[in-house]
Amino acid sequence: MDVPNAGTRGPAPANPGVIAAGLDPANPLRDPRDRRIPRVAGPCVMVMFGVTGDLARKKLMPALYDLANRGLLPPGFSLVGFARRDWEHEDFAQVTYEAVKEHARTPFRETVWQQLSEGVRFVPGEFTDDEAFDQLAETVRQLDHERGTGGNYAFYLSIPPKFFSTVVQQLKRSGLSDPGPAGPDGRTPWRRVVIEKPFGRDLATAKELNDVVDAVFPAHSVFRIDHYLGKETVQNILALRFANTLYEPIWNRSYVDHVQITMSEDIGIGGRAGYYDGIGAARDVIQNHLLQLLALTAMEEPVSFDADSLRQEKEKVLSAVRLPADLALGTARGQYAAGWQGGRQVTGFLEEDGIPADSRTETYAAIKLSVDTRRWAGVPFYVRTGKRLTRRMTEIALIFQAAPHLPFAATDTKELGKNALVIRVQPDEGVTLRFGSKVPGSAMEVRDVNMDFAYGESFTEASPEAYERLILDVLIGDPPLFPRQEEVELSWRILDPVEQFWAENTKPEQYASGGAGPASADALMGRDGRAWRRL
Amino acid sequence: MTIDLTDTTTGAIDHALNEARRRLGGMTLGMVLTLIVVTDEAAQYDAIRAANQAAREHPCRILAVIARKPKADSRLDAEIRVGESSPGETIVLRMYGPLGQHADSVVAPLLVPDVPVVTWWPDEAPEIPARHPLGALAQRRVTDTAAAESPRAMLANLAAGYRPGDTDFGWTRATPWRSLLAATLDQPHPPVTAGEIAAEEGNPAADLIAAWLSLRLSAPVSRTVSAGPGITAAVFTTPEGDIKITRADGRTATLAWPGRTDRMVALHRRDTAELLAEELRRLDPDEVYAETLEHADLSAPAELPRRTNAPA
Repeated sequence: MDVPNAGTRGPAPANPGVIAAGLDPANPLRDPRDRRIPRVAGPCVMVMFGVTGDLARKKLMPALYDLANRGLLPPGFSLVGFARRDWEHEDFAQVTYEAVKEHARTPFRETVWQQLSEGVRFVPGEFTDDEAFDQLAETVRQLDHERGTGGNYAFYLSIPPKFFSTVVQQLKRSGLSDPGPAGPDGRTPWRRVVIEKPFGRDLATAKELNDVVDAVFPAHSVFRIDHYLGKETVQNILALRFANTLYEPIWNRSYVDHVQITMSEDIGIGGRAGYYDGIGAARDVIQNHLLQLLALTAMEEPVSFDADSLRQEKEKVLSAVRLPADLALGTARGQYAAGWQGGRQVTGFLEEDGIPADSRTETYAAIKLSVDTRRWAGVPFYVRTGKRLTRRMTEIALIFQAAPHLPFAATDTKELGKNALVIRVQPDEGVTLRFGSKVPGSAMEVRDVNMDFAYGESFTEASPEAYERLILDVLIGDPPLFPRQEEVELSWRILDPVEQFWAENTKPEQYASGGAGPASADALMGRDGRAWRRL
Repeated sequence: MTIDLTDTTTGAIDHALNEARRRLGGMTLGMVLTLIVVTDEAAQYDAIRAANQAAREHPCRILAVIARKPKADSRLDAEIRVGESSPGETIVLRMYGPLGQHADSVVAPLLVPDVPVVTWWPDEAPEIPARHPLGALAQRRVTDTAAAESPRAMLANLAAGYRPGDTDFGWTRATPWRSLLAATLDQPHPPVTAGEIAAEEGNPAADLIAAWLSLRLSAPVSRTVSAGPGITAAVFTTPEGDIKITRADGRTATLAWPGRTDRMVALHRRDTAELLAEELRRLDPDEVYAETLEHADLSAPAELPRRTNAPA
């Protein structure tokens, strides 16, 4: 989301820290009309905590390589790993090399790797070890000197939240979090911190977590990664809604019957038992991904696409989300039982390693929500997520009302359903429009057909991976795709009463692996005279 | 599937396309543009191959136009390829005799409705691309001055005959360099008082980068000749010394900054398919290219190098 600044320089941004380095107005070679020159991050160092984790190896390191390969990282970009490992710089470079070779999306080029590997450093140590952090501070300062990284540091905390406090305090103690005074050219170096979900497990813990980070880093320098927001289709929701005349007139209660937002997975919890037990599907997925998708679908048009305007609209709509009066009727939850999924025999949730046999954690959750605004009054938003379902799929579906009058015989339109606009987020990114069409033949018979737009067909290789886009945005300092603490808190305000109700009143219902979820979820829809879309 | 039609008409081609589509099951979904490739028998293989590769990013109908035997009787031969290497459709149109002068009458009925048209001359291009009948059909006209016998003369022609929507591969090849130069000046830097671009002779990308730099920096930028390959060096002269980017092997550049350790940057030369894919990404007039082309001083021959261009 580029900030339009065609030639004219507007008033100074409210957050001095978020001036995009890539769009520096002082650089005569940059011109907003020059769309060939990509947004390139300014000189900087990324310090990564938790480099031995899956996320770092499978997503973050390959994304950095892909960015370098596309020419989007500045000369001198450096990566510093910090972990409790007895490694030299070369060992860490080797780990990075293997991760890149295996998982990068763009072709491997030795020259690009050479460029990247020259800036790879490693600092061994515990999070509680003062000396290690002093050494880290020394390492990045040396990089500033050697590689001209300009004192700009991004800290990527790819670690469990329980360590945030220690690490953030260490960054403060060692002076790493302090950007220091402006340089001779008047530029203040920047500090940015990147954190991953979970942002707490309820409102109270989310606030605690925020206080920890907030004590050291100002709000505008905290980047919360919700990788869904880095996906092309999700950003396309905004283009679809606000760049076209076609959809906005019908994007309201006069035409929309209801909205279904689904994220289904075909896999179980895998090796994540330790994290998952006690968290569950709603906290894991609904609180962040699905409510963000809901916000983008339901929000009003922002006055511009800058971060503040966009987040304001999202916050407005999240603050208007209401739960059903009777949570017993308006929510459903379940746990997958042993069975067959995709041709394989699989175990039930309660038999998974590390899950207690009496666990009440849900692996499926569905909630009926309403949005109390003029646009959406009376239109239910059904959100659902589950593991071990029929297939992996994420989509937003707007189901429209039936035509008010059908000038056909009832038998002619027997197979006609309701019109639908479906935004397919994954795996097959695109947009589907479902409408009625005449079946060829001498009789008048109307049946549902699909009109498809697939990203895979139209704009294939150009679309970057979500993490690539998000890491680049962090390094450039472009915040619209990152939820603010207010959004996190509003989401917990929506979910907390549900979690409390579940904890006190219900036990998750068992549902068959490989199916569409528990019977209670179908009953929830059935009571409203509706049905879930087939997975 | 390949269908050969001899002595045919556009109506018959359209019919054959529909037939092929029906047999393969709806292949036209999601075509985002029509790409007209104006080429000859010798160069068509490489050009169509590059176009097919670019079509993976921009699914399109490729219309390759080949003029043959101008003295022969008028005749149209078509070769239709669908469902092969690329997601779109490729039609090779061979035009014999006087028909070669009226290629637009063949091409116009075969354009995909509702989507943009791009015309690409991989080799020799007309003096004023927008005036060419096949150029007039398109909103984007892509030429390649590097393929011309005298790149500078052709660049001068293009400058004189520029119309919004024109673009040249010389400019496309300049993008990675321009991107790196812009990124270099993103860092705090002393004022740039002069510049230099060194490249092998007859390198339009270097001419355009030099013109672009001098226009943006309001400073003299000289264009010097080196042994190549391609562009070998870019230099910013500042009061604190030269900021130099050198690339001797066409793959990796070295950024030398006064008082700092040298840094390596990957900067590889791109193939035709990549260049074409970049051109197809945006189809609106490239104003920066227009300004640069206007500013370029193409009368003077390139200078001898000021100094050796060996990496520092």
